[in-house]
Amino acid sequence: MSADIVDRVTHSTAPKKNRKKLSGVAQFWLIFRYISLTIILAMIILPIYVLVVNSFKGISGVYLNTAFELPKTLNFETWSAAWEWLAVPMGRTLFFVTQSSIISAMIGSINGYVLSKWRFAGSNAIFMLFLFGMFIPYQAIMIPLTQFNKAVGLTGSIYVLVLAHVVYGIPICTLIFRNYYASIPDEIIEAGRVDGASMVRIYRAIILPLSIPAFVVVLIWQFTSAWNDFLFAIFLTGGSPKLAVATTALNWLTGSSNQVYYGKNMTASLMASIPTLLVYMFLGRYFLRGLLSGSLKG
Amino acid sequence: MAKVQSRQASARIGGFFFVLPSIIAIAIFVYGMIAYTFNISLTNRNSASVKEIKHVGFKNYIELFSDERFIHALGNLLKFTGVFLVGTLVSGFIMALLLEKGVAGEGLFRSFYLYPMAISFIAMGTVWRWLLNSSRDGDAGGLNLVLQKIGLGFLQNDWYLSPRGAMFAMAIPAIWQMSGYVMALFLAGFRGIPDDLREAARMDGASEFKIYRHVLFPQLSPTFLTVLIILGHISMKVFDLIIGISGKSYVTDVLAVYMWQVTFDITNFAKGASIAMIILLMVAVVVIPYLRHVNKTEQEN
Repeated sequence: MSADIVDRVTHSTAPKKNRKKLSGVAQFWLIFRYISLTIILAMIILPIYVLVVNSFKGISGVYLNTAFELPKTLNFETWSAAWEWLAVPMGRTLFFVTQSSIISAMIGSINGYVLSKWRFAGSNAIFMLFLFGMFIPYQAIMIPLTQFNKAVGLTGSIYVLVLAHVVYGIPICTLIFRNYYASIPDEIIEAGRVDGASMVRIYRAIILPLSIPAFVVVLIWQFTSAWNDFLFAIFLTGGSPKLAVATTALNWLTGSSNQVYYGKNMTASLMASIPTLLVYMFLGRYFLRGLLSGSLKG
Repeated sequence: MAKVQSRQASARIGGFFFVLPSIIAIAIFVYGMIAYTFNISLTNRNSASVKEIKHVGFKNYIELFSDERFIHALGNLLKFTGVFLVGTLVSGFIMALLLEKGVAGEGLFRSFYLYPMAISFIAMGTVWRWLLNSSRDGDAGGLNLVLQKIGLGFLQNDWYLSPRGAMFAMAIPAIWQMSGYVMALFLAGFRGIPDDLREAARMDGASEFKIYRHVLFPQLSPTFLTVLIILGHISMKVFDLIIGISGKSYVTDVLAVYMWQVTFDITNFAKGASIAMIILLMVAVVVIPYLRHVNKTEQEN
């Protein structure tokens, strides 16, 4: 098996140069590379920079033509205004996202275990049918899904989103766990079997304790995608303010009618992004693995 | 021995039962609901007040293709896809190329290049609306101001408000978000190439340029394919980005946004379902061959 995909991204395989002096041409290219990388860095940072600097300029201190300038004094007005608007929706988002992520991870782990270590006839075909579910445009299921929610009495409850993220998260969560378990040698399972352990016992005693990294990947993947999700939220919770989550609340705030409150809008946008940004900052490597799994490559 | 084997057989059946809830869920919520949507698309449920629902064949689809707004949204989507695909491929590839040999501080560059993937477009829409603001010259802010500052003032334009250039402008935030992802895929590609290949070419006296051109790039064609598929299917479904920046504006209309409006603003379920099926078809054409390819490669390993 080829080296792990995340390792491939993060470790240069190019042979280490011995510390001989670089030739003029090589030196030129090295400098060229650093300059290019820095210019790209500036372009990538620009939008978040604009958000950050303008969030400290107060309710009425934000103007388009000074958007790139640093604030003269640190003003937290917009932070409290944005918090007032977003605290409840963000709390609600955290509430449903926590549940949907945990349920998704448990389902993914069981599916991944069976589909990698206890394959049955047709299991591969089933896995492929699962995977297609990961790519579909959710518009193609949205109308029956809203009717289903109405029929089972979920409309008007935040659990419509738990259901949606759990069900449509099955493919990616199964995929991540299946790939992870594929890297655990079959001999371990075999040894357990010879000792007379059942499938469930092998899972509990051997597989589960080894699964922590995959759980982290799936939990933060489901957390990030559900937190940032707008499509399900807008379709399934409709216009109900009682079910506003971070993205829909933000969209109502920054939607065209509220353009005047630039400062508050900017701060709210930043605030709604903080949870996922924190996850990315501290668990970036796990996030990257989830991301690359989505390409079916790792 | 026989006992162990029968145990294994029963365990395999047991395995099936553990996956069964998910199989049922996917069967209902993915395939069943797609079938249901398709069925709606063949009916006359064109408003909430239709009393007698009956099948009308492909009438809704035929009507879509004479619906000016649908054609407009489809055209926009194709324009967007073209710019987004080329832009993201090129920028992500360049980023990977610059990092591929390893530079000091690589981890830092990589982390920053990938952070846009962790933020929603509803949030970033706020700031992109500013950056892509149409005010010019003295009033300019955002990218128009940046263009002035670097002496390219003549390039100032209306961005997403411009009837002709709107979708090109819309591709900018999309490229900004996805380039890092493409970079990561290409980096994995570059670094999966065995060093020996490079070394051997170097021994043969090939120039660095030739090594890239004739040794490394051809090895990246599977990665290239993956990137195209991933970007392609994301592009077909673009929704948040458009809503986050320009809302339901006509100039930037795309299929996913139009479907939403048709279905929920005017409750024309049959038409909404037809648009949804067309998006699904476009995605399936790209994704199904890819899934088959992935499946085949996996069986071979």
